[in-house]
Amino acid sequence: MAMETPPRWDRKMQQRLAAGEAAALGEFYDRFASLVHSLAHRVLDDDAAADQVTREVFGYIWENPDDYDPKQGNMRSWVARLTQRQAVHRLRQAEATAYAETGQGSAEELEQKVRRAHVAARAEHIVTSMPAPLRAALELAYFQRRDYRQTAADLGVTEDEARRRLRLGLQLLSSANTRPLEGSSPPGGYGRTL
Amino acid sequence: MTGANGDADDVARAPWIPGPRRSADDHADLTADPTPVTPPAPTAPAPPMPPEVPETGAEADEPPDVPQLTHRVLKSLLGAWALSACSAGETKAVEDHLTECAPCAEEALRLRDAVALLHEDRDLDLDPLLRSRVLENCLGRRPARVPVPEWVTPYDAETARLDALLRDIGESEWHAPVRLKWYEDDHLVRRKTTVAGVIGHLLAVDGLVSSALGIKDPLGAGVPELSPTERTEAFWSALDRPPNRALRGPWRDQTHTLIRTVSFAGRGVGDLTVTYKDFALPLRDSLLERAFECWLHADDIANAVAYPYAPPSGAHLHGMIDLAARLLPAALAGRRRSGLAAPARHLVAAGAPGRSLHLEVEGAGGGHWYIALDSPAAVGSPDRAVAQVAMDGVEFCQLVAGHISPEEAAAGQDGDREAIRDVLSAAASLSRL
Repeated sequence: MAMETPPRWDRKMQQRLAAGEAAALGEFYDRFASLVHSLAHRVLDDDAAADQVTREVFGYIWENPDDYDPKQGNMRSWVARLTQRQAVHRLRQAEATAYAETGQGSAEELEQKVRRAHVAARAEHIVTSMPAPLRAALELAYFQRRDYRQTAADLGVTEDEARRRLRLGLQLLSSANTRPLEGSSPPGGYGRTL
Repeated sequence: MTGANGDADDVARAPWIPGPRRSADDHADLTADPTPVTPPAPTAPAPPMPPEVPETGAEADEPPDVPQLTHRVLKSLLGAWALSACSAGETKAVEDHLTECAPCAEEALRLRDAVALLHEDRDLDLDPLLRSRVLENCLGRRPARVPVPEWVTPYDAETARLDALLRDIGESEWHAPVRLKWYEDDHLVRRKTTVAGVIGHLLAVDGLVSSALGIKDPLGAGVPELSPTERTEAFWSALDRPPNRALRGPWRDQTHTLIRTVSFAGRGVGDLTVTYKDFALPLRDSLLERAFECWLHADDIANAVAYPYAPPSGAHLHGMIDLAARLLPAALAGRRRSGLAAPARHLVAAGAPGRSLHLEVEGAGGGHWYIALDSPAAVGSPDRAVAQVAMDGVEFCQLVAGHISPEEAAAGQDGDREAIRDVLSAAASLSRL
């Protein structure tokens, strides 16, 4: 569905953002806004808070497009990491405020939410970086609700191959759940809050 | 996966018995698969928890035909099973197998948990107004070196909204029937197409603006000057199969290229002439007109696929109404020449206030407009208003788009009935394919 291959699109987009092109900012928003908003919403479970994180993440990227390092992965997973980091930052802040005011909420609950956020960001990274044929098969079976025979027909592959792709895609994705947790710092070298 | 057919066939050839579960060590040969995904099952009988039953078409009172499958096939079905993407019979076969094969059961659980990690980015859950707020915040933090001109923002916003809608609709919805309607010679005309056909129409007519800017025309090089309708018909008939979702890319790419080109073009580009064969508009109005068309056709599409779709923001709606109001005196004059409108009553010197109709638009984007009745050269004036029409902004746009008739329009009318009828008919006559 992508209109241009990601690495090329990513590089060009970074250059255009760095050049201060407002039209590029609009295109960038259109491509990633739903990713940012939905990831933030999964962590914070609140519309207004997710809106706020969306504003902060895009503001940060517009001000710091050079922070993106194509060697560390595609732009989509960079955006996902920044979002997850900012959303977790907001979550900790909100929980600390709530605790100070009401004495409610526990450290374990917070850590559980943070862990879920990490898993979600890892899953996002896995889905966006898995081989395109696997992603296409998952997309058809999950999002378009096609069964594996229809998926095979849509992709022009054998039913055997469609089953294989669905299984392999899910095996890759499941590593988001089983990989050891790396504390609170997400993968990649983007170590600071926005 | 390298198959282990020989090993597994023993199990598969056995008749399916819905009876007691067999423990894992009853068929240790299964774990001898050369490429196990999980460590071999423990020899201790440890029947794993069966995963939650996925939704399938299986009827409770009518058990599905359960096929006899080899272990290799059953294992290969685990992904499809976890996604609820196999037949009822296969689902049952997999689930029966899971009660007797620990490695498969373990993997099945893992894959099912992985499905929960998939999630849909649904653009429709995003508030469309968030876009302008986010972009504004960005530009406040770091001003653009190459800004998007103010008069392009309605086109930018409307194309982004339509694209978000298109992203969320399924393959089959691209073929949903859409009935386009507009006014021609004071009669309602209808034309049947599909969602994809509408995108083809927008792509073809936006191409008018592209060619004015020297950008690649979607109709190809060397196309003679065509009206929007002719361009659309030419585009549709040049397709070798019914239009489908593949048109989204070219349409969106062209909108992006237009916005980008105009941003880089610098001052003065807004006055560039865009010709529509029978008439012409300066680029700034042309892109406003394209934003208007984009919204109304997005609304047609949304209706066809039963999605909600809101009108543009108040500021953008205001600009669209203003453009129609500015076009009305010339449309009236044209109708007068064809005998479709009453003759002029009081001709005044160019630039002087003339007889006017007071158009009061209520709601977001509303305001007051004074339409000169006798000549496009006259200036509309409150002092010389002979009639008043009050309408809702969206309703006025629906009239201009030919979606409602002049008779259906106008909640409140007051004054010269002939003037009112002529202006409302002229408004409907602005519509076209």
